[in-house]
Amino acid sequence: MKSIKAKNLLLNVFRYSFCIIILLVITLPLYISVMGGFKSVGQLRAEPVSLPDPFMWNQYTDILIGKIGSFWLELINSLIVGLGTVVVILVVGTFAGYALARIKFKLNNIIYVYFSLGLLFPLAVAILPLYVQLRNFRLLDTHIGVILPQAAFGLSMMIMLLRGFIKQIPIELEEAAAIDGYGRFGFLFQIVVPLSTPILATVSVLTLVSSWNNFFTPLLVLNTQKKFTLPLGVMDFMGEYAADWNMILAFLTLAMIPAVVFYILCQKYIVSGLTSGAIKG
Amino acid sequence: MRWQLAKRSIYKGLAGRVNPLTLVIFLGPAFILFTTFVIIPVIVAAAFSFYNWNGLGPMVDFRGIDNYIQFFSDSIVHKSLLHNLIIAIVSLVIELPLAMVLALIVSDRKFKGSVFFRTFFFLPYMLSEVITGVLWQFIYHPQYGLVRSVYAFLFPTVHAPTLMGDPSTVLWAIMVVIIWKYFGLHMTIYIAGLQAIPQDQIEAATIDGASKTRIFRSVILPGMRTAVRLSVFFSMIGSFQLFDIVWAMGKGDPVNSGETIVTYMYKVGLIRFNIGYGSTIAVCIFFICLLFSFVYQRILAKEAN
Repeated sequence: MKSIKAKNLLLNVFRYSFCIIILLVITLPLYISVMGGFKSVGQLRAEPVSLPDPFMWNQYTDILIGKIGSFWLELINSLIVGLGTVVVILVVGTFAGYALARIKFKLNNIIYVYFSLGLLFPLAVAILPLYVQLRNFRLLDTHIGVILPQAAFGLSMMIMLLRGFIKQIPIELEEAAAIDGYGRFGFLFQIVVPLSTPILATVSVLTLVSSWNNFFTPLLVLNTQKKFTLPLGVMDFMGEYAADWNMILAFLTLAMIPAVVFYILCQKYIVSGLTSGAIKG
Repeated sequence: MRWQLAKRSIYKGLAGRVNPLTLVIFLGPAFILFTTFVIIPVIVAAAFSFYNWNGLGPMVDFRGIDNYIQFFSDSIVHKSLLHNLIIAIVSLVIELPLAMVLALIVSDRKFKGSVFFRTFFFLPYMLSEVITGVLWQFIYHPQYGLVRSVYAFLFPTVHAPTLMGDPSTVLWAIMVVIIWKYFGLHMTIYIAGLQAIPQDQIEAATIDGASKTRIFRSVILPGMRTAVRLSVFFSMIGSFQLFDIVWAMGKGDPVNSGETIVTYMYKVGLIRFNIGYGSTIAVCIFFICLLFSFVYQRILAKEAN
């Protein structure tokens, strides 16, 4: 009996020390970033890990009041691009997902396969022609020029998830709705959309996160600093204040906050969305 | 009357002829969006890849398969692909097992604080690649960073290495960041897989006197097959499409020591404006990923038999 207890204790010691070491590796860079923003360059250089002494608020406040960099503008740009992408995917994808799940017509399967081709093509493959195409459409250096390709590349996943989900809604429900006088639109908006809220929320949250973090598409499309999203803003800020690492760390910390808050609020949707493929075949 | 109308619409809903206009309204927008921004660019990339073109003016300088010959003999392509391969292998050998061990620890119900650890371990995945890259540039900074102070503490007389400036260390420095950022995703996938294993199977095996390693090998691992497949697939495909982190940590320089195939394609296509050859690289990336998916499916299918 005693040896089992000792064994369990040993196991726990191992498990906790391992988890705590990993936890330190994860949080130390984040801690350094938050605290580094409060330090002077001199103190940063001498002691990157210690607490700031004194706390210098001016890096953070200078960025927040817009004296340095354009944090708020870039935050708003990121929001515009992210929400724009979500809206386009939701509207366009809901109609398509419903039609492919419920309307019977000859080409149904072929069109579904056509949309799922998007899962095969990495964005990198299309990026050079996309650049030329956006230039021809005069969409370079516009937010629409970022939103449309992002939405198009996210569409395959949305259609696949939604079609699968709508197929599970009993057909009797549609019949009942038809008897109550609903047309296709009525059925879609009064019944399918409310029932699909969890899946629509998951897709929206994942789309927003990937748009928020996306660097490649905005890098390709946007040239003017006024239109930059946060990831471009971070790179730009770093180029401008190359030697002032305390400024850069303050900017990084502020740029991290929205994603962290969003993660805490929407953890459920993010985790379930990313792991949905892990259980079923 | 109303009832009859309704009846007709049921009929339409289930079978029979559909109003083509309905189809156009429902599928048209998605079709146009997807075709314009995904399918056409991919086809056009294939066309560009046979030309020598700087992106301006008419595309007239047809090169046949010369761009492809250049691709196969380009030493930077070889170097970049080798880097992608190293990253893929290191992910497979270090990152995924680490994620598995943590998933096993954290998903034990008797392990207190598991939600806390889980939440933090997944956090880096939520940060943008650019923020992560810049943050680690600071950690590695030879005059400011954490690495410098660790060095100063351990070896006071030696100068800290310039990890991001020395071609022999750049790739490994990037590798650490990749593991730091992505192991949480894989851990989360494994946790989902573990939760799907029926608890009574594990209990039954325990009652039968099976050892912990035996349970892991015979019950847990087979039950997690789908999760492992998914995570291996994500990490392999991800390794060959790596761009953001590398770009944010110094654009693959110096002397292409951290170059990946996508950063090289970007440089060729949009910095040197050699859109033709850049597209050739893009098409080859596509075929590499396709080939990998195909081989992977075959291996899995064989294993299932």
